[in-house]
Amino acid sequence: MHFPENLQYSESHEWVSFSEDKTALVGLTDYAQHELGDLVFVTLPEEGDGVTAGDPFGEVESVKAVSEVLSPVTGVVLEINVALQDSPASINESPYEAWFVRVGEITGKVRLMNASEYEAFVEGK
Amino acid sequence: MERKTPLYECHLERGGKIVPFAGYLLPVQYETGVIKEHLAVRTACGLFDVSHMGEFTLRGKGALDVLQRLLTNDFRGMEDGHARYSPMCNESGGTVDDLLVYRFSGEHYMLVVNASNRDKDFAWIRDRLFGDCVLEDISDTVAQLALQGPEAEAILKPLADSPLPEKYYTFTLKADVGGVSCLVSRTGYTGEDGFELYCAPGDAPALWNLLLRAGEGRGVIPCGLGARDTLRLEAAMPLYGHELREDITPREAGLGIFVKMDKPDFVGRAALEKAGIPSRKRVGLRVTGGIARENCPVFSDGAPVGFTTSGTHCPYLGYAVAMALVPRAVSEPGRVLEVEVRGRRLRAEIVPLPFYSRKK
Repeated sequence: MHFPENLQYSESHEWVSFSEDKTALVGLTDYAQHELGDLVFVTLPEEGDGVTAGDPFGEVESVKAVSEVLSPVTGVVLEINVALQDSPASINESPYEAWFVRVGEITGKVRLMNASEYEAFVEGK
Repeated sequence: MERKTPLYECHLERGGKIVPFAGYLLPVQYETGVIKEHLAVRTACGLFDVSHMGEFTLRGKGALDVLQRLLTNDFRGMEDGHARYSPMCNESGGTVDDLLVYRFSGEHYMLVVNASNRDKDFAWIRDRLFGDCVLEDISDTVAQLALQGPEAEAILKPLADSPLPEKYYTFTLKADVGGVSCLVSRTGYTGEDGFELYCAPGDAPALWNLLLRAGEGRGVIPCGLGARDTLRLEAAMPLYGHELREDITPREAGLGIFVKMDKPDFVGRAALEKAGIPSRKRVGLRVTGGIARENCPVFSDGAPVGFTTSGTHCPYLGYAVAMALVPRAVSEPGRVLEVEVRGRRLRAEIVPLPFYSRKK
């Protein structure tokens, strides 16, 4: 399992990538996609929607079950990755390229871990 | 405490993700994942551990009379070496279970029941036995493997010392498969051609490994409960606890062909006759905009009319489907209904069942 050094990680298994323009990309970690299994459907918010740190902003569904995706940050959705809706399997194939949303106007975040902290966190599962 | 099947160690060796199911620890999937396992069965072959299923024997001169009385199908005229599917009804016409009956001889039958209903079924049948007939639960002395898919016959044939059963729903009572004594049945729960092999628990690991080794060049992979469910759903086969329940009759579930109203009296007959043509019906839905699972409310022109009994994303067809119980008046294919999933209404068009059927 792979956890890139340049990302931060939430306890609910989302990754966040903060950029210099003060926006953040959010996706699901390698651990999450592995636990969820083959994903076949994704529900995303709309551009302009507000998201709250620790609250769900979308859903992913495997053939067996549905799971919520929680936002690691509080802010506004600037962009959604519409390509994800046509290829949910890309989350399984390359979880760190398959971002869900770009969030801006960030005013808060959940507790985040770096790669080695997150790796230790999931090993304890 | 869940029990292990004789193949538990084999599942761990192959990376099976173990979950509790119907009192047993079984793999929901292997490292390959549900989608690849599902597709393997549609295009090549998959091997399943179904040792959790319950097996009873019914023996004695009165065995046929008991089957005729307790089950809805007609077992007269059945030959040795044939298997027959049947619902079993309660007095209200609701479904106690659905099961397979194997005829070994006119005085010796085997019943294969759902794992989750094993104790209930045993008590139900035992309490209604009459005449010269003995019921025995042999589940703990029987393991069951299902080899399913278009390559199943080619994999199994060279391993068996006797000809394989040719027709669907027939079986060979005693065959030797690579040194293992088995009952080989041409049956399954996937919508594909295939076989179910019953053997002694101690022989199951050897048979499992043999089939996987022999089928390697033909694309066989081990498959878990996840694929078993998506395969049966795609083929629109009912699952007890979903399409069939104590409060759903087999006729409502679209299984009227297995309810022989013209045979002598059987348990549930009076209630089914009184109900007449059922007012609700099992339909297939093609769902767009999400995935509907079981127990989602179904709407017609904004009014609640029924509920889904099962639903998933079909790996082979590539879209979401569900089965639902709705009033007959709104059950014709082409009609567009809605399914509510976590507060959202999804478009659900009624389509003919089954969703998938193999090319013969």
